This record gives sequence, structure tokens and C-alpha cells, in this order.
Amino acid sequence: MKATKKSQPKRSTGKLAAKRNGDLRAILSSVVASGSVWLIDLTQTLSPNFPTIVLPPEMGQARPFRMEEVSRYDDRGPGWYWNNVSFGEHTGTHFDAPIHWISGRDRPNNSVDTLPVEHFIAPACVVDCSSEAKADADFLLTVEHLKAWEKRHGRFPVDAWVLMRTDWSKRTDPVAYQNLDDTGQHTPGPDPDCVRFLVRERDVLGFGTETIGTDAGQAAHFKPPYPCHYYMHGAGKYGLQCLCNLDRLPATGALIVAAPLKILEGSGSPLRVFALVPKG
Amino acid sequence: MSTPAAYDDVVLTTPVTIPYVHHSIKSAHWFLGRAVAGLLAAAKIPKARIDGLAVASFTLGPDTAVGLTQHLGLTVRWLDHVPMGGASGIVSIRRAARAVQSGDAVIVACIAGDTNHTDSFRRNTSAFSQFSQDAVYPYGSGGPNASFAFLTAYYMRIYGARREDFGKLCVAQRNNALKNPHALFKKPLTLEQYLDARLVADPLRLFDCVMPCAGAEGFLVMRRATAETLGLRFARLRGAIERHNAYPDDPIQYRGGWAMDRDVLYEQAGVGPQDIDFIETYDDYPVINVLQLEGRGFCHDWEKTAFIRAKTFETNGSFPFNTSGGQLSVGQAGAAGGHLGIVEAIRQLTGETDGARVPNARHGLVSGFGMINYDRGVCSGAVILSAA
Amino acid sequence: MTQPAKRPKRKNPILRTRQPTLPPSVRSRVALGLTAAAARGRLALQVCLDCGAVQYPPQDACRACLSHRLVWRTQDGRGELLTETVLRNAQELYFRERLPWRVGIVRLDAGANAVAYIHAGVSAAPCRVRVEAALDRAGQAALVAVPEYGRPTLSDDPKLREMSCDPRMRKVLVTDGKSALGQAVARALAAAGADLIWIGEAEPWKKDLGLEALRKLPQTAIVSLDVTDGRSVRELAGEIGGKIDIVVNTADFHRTFSIASRRGVETAQQEMDVNYFGLLRLAQEFAPALSGRAADGASSAIAWVNVLSIFALSNYPAHGTYSASKAAAFSLSQALRAELRPSGIRVINLFPGPIDDEWDQLERPPKLSPAAVATAVVEALKGSVEDVYPGDVAQDWLARHLDNPKALERELGQGGQ
Repeated sequence: MKATKKSQPKRSTGKLAAKRNGDLRAILSSVVASGSVWLIDLTQTLSPNFPTIVLPPEMGQARPFRMEEVSRYDDRGPGWYWNNVSFGEHTGTHFDAPIHWISGRDRPNNSVDTLPVEHFIAPACVVDCSSEAKADADFLLTVEHLKAWEKRHGRFPVDAWVLMRTDWSKRTDPVAYQNLDDTGQHTPGPDPDCVRFLVRERDVLGFGTETIGTDAGQAAHFKPPYPCHYYMHGAGKYGLQCLCNLDRLPATGALIVAAPLKILEGSGSPLRVFALVPKG
Repeated sequence: MSTPAAYDDVVLTTPVTIPYVHHSIKSAHWFLGRAVAGLLAAAKIPKARIDGLAVASFTLGPDTAVGLTQHLGLTVRWLDHVPMGGASGIVSIRRAARAVQSGDAVIVACIAGDTNHTDSFRRNTSAFSQFSQDAVYPYGSGGPNASFAFLTAYYMRIYGARREDFGKLCVAQRNNALKNPHALFKKPLTLEQYLDARLVADPLRLFDCVMPCAGAEGFLVMRRATAETLGLRFARLRGAIERHNAYPDDPIQYRGGWAMDRDVLYEQAGVGPQDIDFIETYDDYPVINVLQLEGRGFCHDWEKTAFIRAKTFETNGSFPFNTSGGQLSVGQAGAAGGHLGIVEAIRQLTGETDGARVPNARHGLVSGFGMINYDRGVCSGAVILSAA
Repeated sequence: MTQPAKRPKRKNPILRTRQPTLPPSVRSRVALGLTAAAARGRLALQVCLDCGAVQYPPQDACRACLSHRLVWRTQDGRGELLTETVLRNAQELYFRERLPWRVGIVRLDAGANAVAYIHAGVSAAPCRVRVEAALDRAGQAALVAVPEYGRPTLSDDPKLREMSCDPRMRKVLVTDGKSALGQAVARALAAAGADLIWIGEAEPWKKDLGLEALRKLPQTAIVSLDVTDGRSVRELAGEIGGKIDIVVNTADFHRTFSIASRRGVETAQQEMDVNYFGLLRLAQEFAPALSGRAADGASSAIAWVNVLSIFALSNYPAHGTYSASKAAAFSLSQALRAELRPSGIRVINLFPGPIDDEWDQLERPPKLSPAAVATAVVEALKGSVEDVYPGDVAQDWLARHLDNPKALERELGQGGQ
């Protein structure tokens, strides 16, 4: 992916600027108010109960979300309530930057603080695998599935998010959500060919899932292991995980807002992801 | 052991009792102040004539005799704080006697007194001694009731003493107390009442246990010539002994320190047990009376119970004993419990009793005992007093 | 007469809950030597190195020869009960509430007199007895005379029962049932007669077969508890805190890194978050509930058990950050002990040596099985102790530490044992 130069918005001055800025807000407000655009929250609540990715115990672990109350209108702070929170960069609904994977470590602008801000609003293509995932927890998305989707909805545009809808977010019981047994995790994801296709043939912006990883639960055993992380990040592309409400998005036409926290050399961050969906 | 020096012409005068009350909001300083005022009035002397002071009290804290001198405005050249519980009176006499004999002081006031707030007893016993704090009080906090129950149970088992024997002493003492206007116990006590009273710490029942109260006692020690100049009646000091931590290897305290120095006492006094006309023992619990009787040589080890069964202990009995009623019937005003017997003995020997009189009282013996530091009373002492 | 505890009736909810009182707790410094030995379940008395005389009560100079060279030595406590009484009156609230009391004087064969509680199984004086050192509700040593032969338990005497923390007929929280140790503790508590054992489970998506097997026991109830999550701890305390009699904190995060063998503090933070902060969160949420029920009848709240590690005593550098986290927990448990003391809740710490689990896999034997540690937990609750060092390694390290802590530091630092 070629480096995108950071474009500066044109600065207008004086009355013209005021009119332009006022126009933009007015346009957006009227569009939302008119009901012709829906805003859909695709984010899971950050809570201590939300599961984190499970790695073998010898490895460093991602920290689950934790909150420590600082004060709550009490002797620790009479007039206010606030918490200190802690979490890993990959806790809850979160964004993966290319630097997260070894294959992307040398890419330019590869950490959350250096990503082009233009990428934080992008179109989304939603591939519905909900019935397949229901039948098979280890369901793998293949090139064939993608081609079938394109037949119906058209070619995947460049720099678009590809979101794999599995309805996995409806598994509100963390045990069912993680779906671990003694052979590991069993959650759906893309197979290696599928990822290579999206990266090399379609130049997408990134891959998003409802599950705890962009890769399938058994991806440690694929060749290469974790192909979605490996190829996407290796090509400077992104990941989104633990999304929800994908079932409310159309196959095409939605615009995703996904702006990770600007963490110094960050590999990712939890974030608020939402979609603008045109009605009809 | 050579006999210590005689007491020559040391005398005791002016017995003063500040009436006992069950509870008081006043301080020990108040009771002791009344005692000193009483002594001055009885001796008709100004305060400046008192140049020696011996004090015993459990509730004077944080003061000692030192604080009391400034509290009462006494300027003395001889001062002693005697923390020996019921032996303090005897020990005060021994100290004061040598002081006046040597000329270190001329008139020594020996006073003892305690207040009794509703919480005083618990506070005193809970911090009584390091050994008690560490190794007795945490085991039921029974205070002296427990300690004397141990002794009484042991004694009854080993020597065959029965409750009736102890009861006989208590009943006799109560009869003596009925004639004492200051006694807190005013009703007669029958043996049945004694035997059937409620248990306090087996085998001790209600009438085995002394009742703590507030009050004070005092007397003056001086040389005979001083007393005569002041026109005061007096009792003569003939002999005095003390012993602390006697027989430490006895598993249970079945004999008191008096037995170690009994012969010295009589030799010093120049009289024998058969010459004693009355005895005032330290009696917070009946069993200690028996130890004192044996320790005084009034009866031998094997015949203690027989002795009790044979004698009568009222003022007009064959063996006048605790003639004012003793602590068990009068009350125990803290450390003044050990002075009670001395004051009563002075009264009997000077003919100025408040209650009944022992006929022809010429020689009296007073003993003191106190300070259950751990599992036995550590302090003991005795004096022999004679009439002028 | 001795009598095993009977199941108490259900509590009448209208009646005010009784507040805890304590026996007299003040002791001189030298007398605390008795408490220190009792904390480890021993009767120790001072012996004079110069003349051999045994001292009691504890003191600062030999009562026989005035030597100051007095050392504490374990005693067998045999002696003769010379005299006894039954107290029917007491000035301290604690005793008043529990009258009557049987106490006596024992003449120890070692040559000193001891005032002691008399176990109901002892016949009337005079008779032969054995004196043991238990811990009373104030956490101080209490001498108890038991029959010379036979091993009556404190629980058999209704008066002395409170000196132990018997789990029988009680409700216990085992904070982490995901480990072999936690499961062994739950099983041991069930065997010891606990009425109800709540077993904490964090990260329910990680299945553990051992925990699944425990579900089948009728006394157990698996509850959600993650000691790294304050809300989880608070919610469980809100739900069941008022019913718990004993907390056994088995939550343990054990990794095997020294300072240099693992870059970054992430693992050490997890160790601290479970081992130290976990204890802190549990203490903040559950200790008040236990305190309030410390005098709540026969099945009152009674104890808090921490499974620490002998590494808490002296750092084991191969598991250096883990050791530090257990040392932090140890220190905090001392604070917890002090804070719970007014209510009489006993804090019991176990310091086992390496346990035969995955994290001590490379430690050479002797290692403790989880079941052995669990047995030690139950024995500690049934007895009257505060500090338990189960197993040979723990006993060995303790002896070295008491003898010369600096030498132990060197021995561990050189990788030797």
C-alpha cells in the first residue's frame, strides 16, 4: 500500500469559513435528523467481564479491562466520581495496527499514533456468515465465499473494511464467546487464501470480526499461523475485533468510523466503532 | 538467726477510721486527707508536727506518697510508699518504728485508704502485676476470688478442712461486727446462710469473699515520751516481722511467711502464743485466716481444723478473733484492709473500742498478708502489741 | 464432659447480632514469647542456660540463679493438676458472657506452676495432665490442661471450642477453585464437615476438569470471583459476605522468573495483582462482613486463611518476582491480622514449600502435594495456630531463617538449599 501523504484541510478565513463550517454541521444534523442516515454502535461495552484473548501461560498476557474507583462523591472526592482504568491495547472492541505483527513491524506509519487520520472513516463491506458460523464454530471464510458475495454486491472497493458477520457477538455468555476446549479456541475466521486475496487482489483497508481475533480460533495451526494478522499487517492493513451489531449493517453502503487512541508507538487500542448507514 | 533489735519504747496511738462506703465518687486523696485530718484532731497536734508519712493505697495513682505530700501540704523528713497490699500496715509499722527509734522522725502518720468507683476493682485487678497480667488474668479474670479458690480447694483436700470450719470463723466474725457501728454488714450470719450462699468460684461462696469498698484507716507511730507529752493513750510495739516471697518452692501456698519468722516475733516481744489475748488476722478469704493461725503457732499443722472446731472466736470467746468483724464483715477499703486489724488492736489495748471489748486485753497479735503477684500472696508480716 | 458440637438452630433474624468481646489481651514483651510459640502450635517455656531452671510466668532473669541467659524451649507440658476452681463470676465481659469457667493450677514436671484452662475431659484435681498452648480469641497464648494421654480436641469442650476455628458445620469461601490446590482445599473442607463451600472461579471460559468434578459435591457452590477485579469481589461480598464463616484464600499466580529472566513487568504485575492486590481487595470487601459476625453464635465467622509460600519468608531468586509478591501478601496479612484482632477473627498463614504443580515442576523433591497442603489448612483450622509451615522444605527454611536470616539469603542466592 503506497504511503498516503497527510492532506491538510483547506483553511478558509472569515465569514466564508464560518459559513462553510456551519454548513457542514447543519448538513450532517439535517441528514441524521431526517432519518435518512442511521448511526449504529458496533462497540461492546468495556467491562471487567469481557473476555480477553487466551495465550499459553508462559507468554505475556493481555490485561483484561479493569476499573478502580478513585472517588464517588465521598471522602475520597466529595463532588465527583471517576475511575482509573487499565486494559491491554487489545482488550474489548479494539483496533489492530500493522506494528502489532512481526510482519508489519517495518511498515511506515504503522502504529496507532502515526496512522493516517483519513483511514478513520471508511466504507464497510459486510459478509454474512452467520448461518455457517452457527453450524460450525470453526467455520472458515474462503475465496469462494468472497467471490459469491461479489457476484451479488459487486467488487470489494479499495481501502474498504471487510467485516465478517458471524453473529458471534450474540454469544453474551463469555464461556460460549471464547468457546475453548482442551484443543484450544473454536471461533470462525478467514482462511489463508481468503486473506491473501483481500490483501493482494483487492487492497482492502482491513478485516473486522465479531470474535476475539481477526483470525480463526484454530489459526495457530494454519500455514502461515494467524494468516489474517500476518498478511494484513504485513501489508500495512488493519484489524477490528469484538465488533457487534453487524447484523444491522447492509452488505455495502455503510461508512465505518474507527479511530483508535493515539498511543505512543501503540500496537492497537480499544475504541468506539460506529457506522453511518444510509436508509433504504 | 539472731534476734533483731527490740522496739524499746515505740508506741502506736490515735486509731482513726474514715467510715467505709460501698462506692464513692471521691478520690483516694480525699479519703487519705480525711484520715490525716482525723489523726491531727485525735492527737490535737498541728499538721507541722507530722514529720514522717507512710502511705498505702491502690487507687492513688498516678500519685504515690510523694504526690500526697504536696496534695496535703505535708513537709516530711521521712517518707515511704508501701505497695504491699494487706501487709502494708505491718510493714509501715516496722519502717516507722525504726525511724522514730533512730530519731529520723518524731511522729509518723501511717495511713491507708482507697476509693471504690464502680469500675475500680476491675481496673486494679486487670493491671495488678506483670505475672498476673501475663499468666492469670487472661484465664477467666476471676481476680483474687480465683486465687483464693485455688488455695481453699487445695487446703480442704489436703488438710480435710470442711466448709463448716471456715463458716464457723465467718459467723463469729459477723457476730463481732454486729457491735461495730462502722461495719458495712449489719445483719447476723448463720452457718446455714454461709453454707447455702451462691457459688462465686468453687468452693468459695458469697460469704467467703470480701467486699471491696472505699474508706481509710490511720494511726501514729512515735516514742512513748512523745505520746505522754501529748497526753495520748497508746499501745506498745513489742515485736514485728515481715517476710516476702516465702517458701517459693511450695507447690501451692499452704503456709505463709509468718512461719519462717514466728520464733523471732515472740522472742522479740518477750511473750508466747499462750500470752496472746486476741488476734486480728488479715481475712479477705477465710482460708487465709487458717494459714495465719497456724503460722502464728497457735496450732500445729496437723491440728488446724481441730483447733477451729474446739475454740470460739467471738470477742468474749475462748479465742477472740477479728474482734471488729474483720474485713469479711466490715469491708475491705483497698489497701486499708491491712490497717483495719492494727487500728482495732490499738483500740482494744487502749480501751477505746467502738464495738465489743475483749476483757483484760493485754497482748494482741495483728498479721498482714497481701499481693497475690501470681499464684501466691508474696507479702506477709505480723506485729505484737501490748497495752500500756 | 466433652461433647462434640451440635448443629445450631437457624438464627432468629429479629434478634440483634451479638458483638464480639475479647479476653484480656495485654501481655508484657517477654510473655509474647509464649504467644510466638503458640502461634506455631507449640508450648515453649524459658529455660536458663546456666542452671537449667524452667521459668513460668515468662520473665527477664532466672528466678533461681539470676542469669539473663534464658532461651525458649519446646516443652511437653506434662504435670499434675494440683487445684482447680469453677469461676461463676467474672469482671471481663468476655468471660461473663461465657460463664462458668474451669481453671486450675498445674505443677509442671519441668518445675513451674501454670494457671491454665482445664479441658472438660480432665478429671477432678489431683490428676496427671498435659498442658498445651492454644491461642485465645485475643490472639494470645492460652494454656490448656488436657488429659495426659489421649488427644482431645479443643472442639470437644464447649468452652474451649472458640480457641479453634473448626470448619465443621461452617460455611467457607475458597477463593480460587481453578487450581489443584483450591480443589484439594475444597475437598478437604467437605471431608471435615463444612456445611457449605463456595468455590471462586475466574475466567469461566477456561475450563478445569477438577473444578467440574467438585460441582458434584452437595456442599459446594461455584461462584464467580476474580480477585483482580474489584467489582467481582464487591459483588460476591454483597451476595454472600454476610454468610461466610471462614475465608480460605487460595488465589495464587505463580510464574518462575527472576528479575533478568523476564523483560518487562507485565508478569510481575499479574503476580502482584492476584497475590497481593487480590488479598487487599478480598480483605476490603469480606473482612468487615466477617467481623460483624464474629460472635454470631456457634457458627460464627471465625477465620481467614492465606495460602502464602515459604518464599514469602526469604526470596527465592529463581522465582524472584513471585517471591516478592508473596512477601507483599505476607506483610499485608499482618495488617489484616491486626485489623481483625478486635473482633477475634483469626488470620492463619500457611507457608508451604514448593507444591507439586506445573509451576514448581523443575523444583526437586521433596514437594508437597496439593492434598497435603489442604490437609494442613484443615488441621490449622481445627487446631489453634496462626503460622503454619507445612512440609520438610518449609520447616527447613524456617529453621534456617530463625537461626540466621542473612545466611539463608545467601544460601538461596547461591542457588543452594
